Amino acid sequence: MQNADNPFTVLVDEYLESSLDSVDSCEEKTKDAALGIGFSEEDAYQVGYAVREALVNAVVHGNQYSANKRVRFVLSRSEHTLQIEIEDEGRGFSPDTQGDPLAEENLLNQSGRGIMIIRAFVDELQIAAAPRGGTRMVMKKSIVAG
Amino acid sequence: MSVKLTTRQVGDVTVIDAAGRITLGEGSSTFRDTIKEMVNAGQKKILLNLAEVSYIDSSGIGELVSGYTTVSNAGGSLKLLNLTKRIHDLLQITKLYTIFEVFDDEARGLASLK
Repeated sequence: MQNADNPFTVLVDEYLESSLDSVDSCEEKTKDAALGIGFSEEDAYQVGYAVREALVNAVVHGNQYSANKRVRFVLSRSEHTLQIEIEDEGRGFSPDTQGDPLAEENLLNQSGRGIMIIRAFVDELQIAAAPRGGTRMVMKKSIVAG
Repeated sequence: MSVKLTTRQVGDVTVIDAAGRITLGEGSSTFRDTIKEMVNAGQKKILLNLAEVSYIDSSGIGELVSGYTTVSNAGGSLKLLNLTKRIHDLLQITKLYTIFEVFDDEARGLASLK
């Protein structure tokens, strides 16, 4: 699973139902893995939070709770970094088409803040079209050097 | 644990003591329904105590905003009390600190709504 080109070891690789139970489960697995490799409680909370938001996007907006669609969740680790890949089977979305949630005219919108919070809570976020359609998000967060 | 909301009346201000998690699903709909019921009942001065809220996701934040808008549109006021550090940080990230009036002291929060 681990080689010189790819320093990450896969801890979890699963296809999940499009449900809020999947969201809860992935958040917990991510937090446990983060604490396991030495993240602080706060950093584990933040990466878990980012996973929750990304999974909600995949389940609610991507797959729209469809019983026929799955969300792929891959959790990997290197010595000091967690990498999370989340892929849905929805119609895909571009973050560029979302309004700026910090713009004054959008502050009172009920939704649209998830991606912004993810960006604040992880070190890297990539959003791209998934190979089979849908959206693929890849996040990385590393232990803060003490 | 989903969110648990307990209300108490202090003069003409309704204090909502929230505890648990405000997340997509049951937690956020409970909050939304409670605010709407209050506004429909004419209770439009609301102080929301978040001291015991352990977690709020972006959907929960959206419900706070929705509650604020519902109360404001009815001519009332919804203010926040006792934010945890994590909720405080989320309001900073989302710039909602510029929207909500926030208090650390209940007496001051109540006085501001008189």
